[in-house]
Amino acid sequence: MVDYDIETETLVYERPDSLTDINTHYCPGCTHGVLHRLIAEVLDEMNLKQKTIGVASVGCSVFSYNYFDFDFVQAPHGRAPALATGIKRVLPERTVFTYQGDGDLASIGMAEIIHAATRGENISVFFVNNTNYGMTGGQMAPTTLPGQKTTSSPNGRDVESQGYPIRVAELISQLDGASYVVRRSLDDPKNIRQAKKAIRTAFEVQQRGLGFSMIELLSICPTNWGMTPVSALHWLEEKMIPYYPLGDYKVHPAIAEIKF
Amino acid sequence: MAREMMKGNEAVAEAAIRAGVTGYFGYPITPQTELLEYMARRMPELGRAFVQAESELAAINMVYGAACTGQRVMTSSSSPGVSLMMEGISYISGTELPAVVVDVMRGGPGLGNIAPAQGDYNQIVHGGGHGEYHAIVLAPASVQESVDMMSTAFDLSEKYRSVVVVLTDGSIGQMMEPCEMPAFIPLKTVFPDWATTGAEGRSKRILTSINLDPAAQEVTNFRLMRRWQQIEANEIRYKTYFMDDAKFAVTGFGSCGRLALSAVRAARAEGIPVGLIRPITVSPFPTQLFEDLSKKLDALLVVEMNNGQMLEDVLLATHNQIPVEFYARMGGVVPFPDEVLAEIRRVAKGSLDLSGHPRDRWLKHMAEKNL
Amino acid sequence: MPVKGRVTVSEVYCKGCELCVNACPQQVLGLSTDHITTKGYHPAVLIAEGCTGCGICAVVCPEAAITVYREKTGVNRIPA
Repeated sequence: MVDYDIETETLVYERPDSLTDINTHYCPGCTHGVLHRLIAEVLDEMNLKQKTIGVASVGCSVFSYNYFDFDFVQAPHGRAPALATGIKRVLPERTVFTYQGDGDLASIGMAEIIHAATRGENISVFFVNNTNYGMTGGQMAPTTLPGQKTTSSPNGRDVESQGYPIRVAELISQLDGASYVVRRSLDDPKNIRQAKKAIRTAFEVQQRGLGFSMIELLSICPTNWGMTPVSALHWLEEKMIPYYPLGDYKVHPAIAEIKF
Repeated sequence: MAREMMKGNEAVAEAAIRAGVTGYFGYPITPQTELLEYMARRMPELGRAFVQAESELAAINMVYGAACTGQRVMTSSSSPGVSLMMEGISYISGTELPAVVVDVMRGGPGLGNIAPAQGDYNQIVHGGGHGEYHAIVLAPASVQESVDMMSTAFDLSEKYRSVVVVLTDGSIGQMMEPCEMPAFIPLKTVFPDWATTGAEGRSKRILTSINLDPAAQEVTNFRLMRRWQQIEANEIRYKTYFMDDAKFAVTGFGSCGRLALSAVRAARAEGIPVGLIRPITVSPFPTQLFEDLSKKLDALLVVEMNNGQMLEDVLLATHNQIPVEFYARMGGVVPFPDEVLAEIRRVAKGSLDLSGHPRDRWLKHMAEKNL
Repeated sequence: MPVKGRVTVSEVYCKGCELCVNACPQQVLGLSTDHITTKGYHPAVLIAEGCTGCGICAVVCPEAAITVYREKTGVNRIPA
């Protein structure tokens, strides 16, 4: 219940219904929370909460099932796209999405995401890229930038021995089976609004049976980057966006018709 | 329904379909690929879900997801692929979901070969996935028995929210035998109250195997154990042959039970008072049966296509009260009934050297044959 | 004259991350200096006049802790 005088005020924004009232365990400033909020807002706007089944993965967002007020299942590390495939194939009328981080999607789960995309599974994937493995204390991820220090690349990522990062949106967009693959960022209000539009588009794609959608979201990790949340935003803008450009990497022609 | 000649793998697939399976997720691997191929054709015909996954790892996780919705779902594989499914089996068990897994065993370990074997017994019966769970394991010995077992497998999996493994081998998968298919069971329309189907008209449900608080995890562990006790009390299945006047008995599961029966029949024709015990559930193991029989029998001969895995469960059950002899072939070699008959004659003759472990005696015995 | 607005920040959810403080175009938000939440964070509060109810703080908030109101003006006002 919100407290305001309807004669003199309008309610501009309140906490979305699709979030539970449980306090999240995420670090202060972690943009996982922003993405949770945006997904909840979109599902509220589309009135899809009761028809949605989320697939939680393993990483900082392992307990995301506690924060969303709809059915959720827990996947082993990397396997969320496979679980989502199983659910969507037997319940095609439900809205099914996965919520995954760098390790889950781009490392241990690389086979599962590529194949879900190539099969054109009618699911939506939200990929949170914060260039490290957060939950386990900040190790190198497939998305860690060259030269970036993490606990398992203490001298900075050495591309000679530790390889180059993977640009996931670009990689997945190559697959004919994928319908909507975009990269957005959660760093500033303008980008967050663009991210929300993309999330809405992804769920519209699913609703209309137009195939596989994936949104890669550049995110901050103040704790493991060793910065304040506000400094972390600057690091994202200066270092991540040049390496992982925002944009639309695959948009099936039918999606251009979607209006909402 | 008329009897038809069917290949084991295909018969199992059709039986599962008639038992109401709505999701099959698998990956090709010899000697069970025909099951996948049959499903690839039949499931879409019936508007049911079929996916050839990118790996067995993915397949079991698709089963996991679909099982969360309360539908009847299954996968099939063979030994190396089943190893890849162990993580998923542990998760499915920890989340307490029903699912059916068919393991058509082949020679191993490692890549091994594509010939029939029984080397996965320990992995499947004593839990190849991490943590404390038990799968219910059914071991058929013929194509008809596998067919009849499929609806039992799904029923048991739902009754106990458990993984049920149908443990066969390459010979049963590949052989063609006449069999009769059961009638189609209507598809489920009512789903359990734990199923995540989309929270329409109800509050949300979560399916997870996470219990960060050890005390909460232990509650789950105790629940699983007590459920296992119920399964042990109610679901043991086995068949015995010629046991009324048997002085000693042969025991084996699956194909070994079947070929041992040929040997036992031949032995009986020679006047040897031998019987056969063929466990059908190897998990739960018919421990009490063996314990009881050890009070009446002079000896047991365990026959397997592995290095003595069910042997250990027999030794445990009989508490070393009676002599236990062991005969086995490994690596995909299938013993001939003649080999088992020779063993039966040897045991019947008596004056066995019973020092040491039966497996060591067998190894010595096989060395004499240059094996 | 700019529209007047106000925000309330829930102390149940706010973790004092300062993303709203940083994002507010009117710079009217700050972390409270005189109390902490039950989790030990300094929650964000309005520290000056001038909130326009633009909602940008709520857009960046990771905890959905902020509720935003805007004053109705002119024709939108419901007659007394």
